[in-house]
Amino acid sequence: MIKNFKKQNVWFVFTPYLWLVLFFFVPLALIFKISISVSEWGMPPYRDLFSLSENGLEINSTLGNYLFIFSDPFYIRSYLNSLSLAFTSTVLCLIIGYPIAFYVAKSKTSIRNILLIMLIIPFWSSFLLRVYAWKVLLQGSGIINSILIHIGLISEPISMLHNHYAVILGVVYTYLPFMILPLYGYLVKFDLNLIDASNDLGAKPLNTFVKVILPLSLPGIVAGSMLVFIPVVGEYIIPEMLGGSDKLYFGKIIWDEFFVNRDWPIASALAMSGIVILVFPIIIFQLMYAKYNFKNE
Amino acid sequence: MNKLFFKIFTLTIGFSFLYFPILTLIAYSFNDNKRVMVWKGFSLRWYKELFQNEQILEAFYTSIKIASLSATFATIMGVMIGFSLTRISKIPARPFFIFLSSSPLVMPEIILGLSLLLFFISSNHIIGFPSSKGQLTVLISHITFSVAFVAVIIQSRLSSYDKNIEEAAQDLGTIPNMIFWKVTAPVILPAILSGWLLAFTLSLDDLVVASFTTGPGANTLPIVVFSKVRLGLSPEVNALSAIIMLIVILAAISIYLINRSNIKK
Repeated sequence: MIKNFKKQNVWFVFTPYLWLVLFFFVPLALIFKISISVSEWGMPPYRDLFSLSENGLEINSTLGNYLFIFSDPFYIRSYLNSLSLAFTSTVLCLIIGYPIAFYVAKSKTSIRNILLIMLIIPFWSSFLLRVYAWKVLLQGSGIINSILIHIGLISEPISMLHNHYAVILGVVYTYLPFMILPLYGYLVKFDLNLIDASNDLGAKPLNTFVKVILPLSLPGIVAGSMLVFIPVVGEYIIPEMLGGSDKLYFGKIIWDEFFVNRDWPIASALAMSGIVILVFPIIIFQLMYAKYNFKNE
Repeated sequence: MNKLFFKIFTLTIGFSFLYFPILTLIAYSFNDNKRVMVWKGFSLRWYKELFQNEQILEAFYTSIKIASLSATFATIMGVMIGFSLTRISKIPARPFFIFLSSSPLVMPEIILGLSLLLFFISSNHIIGFPSSKGQLTVLISHITFSVAFVAVIIQSRLSSYDKNIEEAAQDLGTIPNMIFWKVTAPVILPAILSGWLLAFTLSLDDLVVASFTTGPGANTLPIVVFSKVRLGLSPEVNALSAIIMLIVILAAISIYLINRSNIKK
């Protein structure tokens, strides 16, 4: 720590501090406030929490918006759909990404660097355009249907877009690099001699994997899973582009509630519940995981 | 032999999955047909139309402007946060500061966008600022979520390097705020650069937060592209994808070559 950090340097702490209070904390407090407000016609479309009238100070707060959300299976289902989408695609990314990261990390240095560049290219390229690419591929007249017809698997184009399988495919495809890169980061530091040692001592390959490789790459698995799970929970673009009406997701519900129904209190209550249901578990997990790591060190 | 086969098989399948959609898109960008998926012949028609499409060109310019400004401000504040958290002991309500600087990382962008929009509307009602939604509000929002990412990068770099260098500088009588400029900043320069680059791409790629906080005259490239492809396909967007891929590939190759020559030295 630097002692005597000059008093005039307090702006070093306070510039970002104030910025985050103003543009991150206050907006969150504001949606909390709106989420317990009563909606009404007008601009803004909710009643002030406190108002002065002839009866004195009136408090117009309500838990009605929350009760409304949690009494409607429509909203609860959208939370569950988002959680299950995030979980399924994280597991799929892990299953697909792990072998790729492992073999890239195990390649010779010269090949490894080229493969690494090839992993980074999709990572840096536009997210939206990569989702769009699947929209093009999965069209009724698209290339996948043409191939399937050509090899005689199907006779008519089948509709592959606008269902939740297309959403899972799109999510796995766009988030795969987020899983592979942290995994690679841990696997590349991994001493290959440990595998030989384990084999020499008579362990079967599966045993070597479960008892040696897997525990040592656990931080990479956790980091990669976080990078996939967290953004997918609130994902809006992929369900909008590739999904249909068979499953609705949390992100789209908030979007529609705000832009289509213009119901600010409900949209805010959805967002607040989203933070509690979807985000808090992640923060708790991270704290527990940090503690676990700390103990093991 | 069996092992080698399995390795090549896995890598081939894996990389085909990553590249097949992108390459198909690039191939079809040369298709001389308004119906995207029906091949009619080779042409550069869509590239020509793309470069005459003022809406896309203007959005591209707006995006680059917002992204570079946002990355610069986010990097400056990210460095401040990283430095404060690892080097300054007396921060008022330190846990709150840590909470503020790390929770944008786990906040779904849709909630972030919604809260910022409601904030801008209310603050416009109360103090008249911002006077309207536009490039400024998008910029503020992008800075806000990028700061956290830069701070993480800087923090991990600062906590992994030897603090003794700074203490040595202090013992040798360097003025405390010169320590930052002469000792700390040069050591973390690579982290600063990668933080800037990350913040730049985050801003360039963002659709959700920008859609909430944008206003007249502030359509970023993702907003324009999304409005074109939300309901259907657009051959111009295919051409745009091909160009963006080309830029990314060239950038990646040049970073690779620079790294290689650095390692050789």
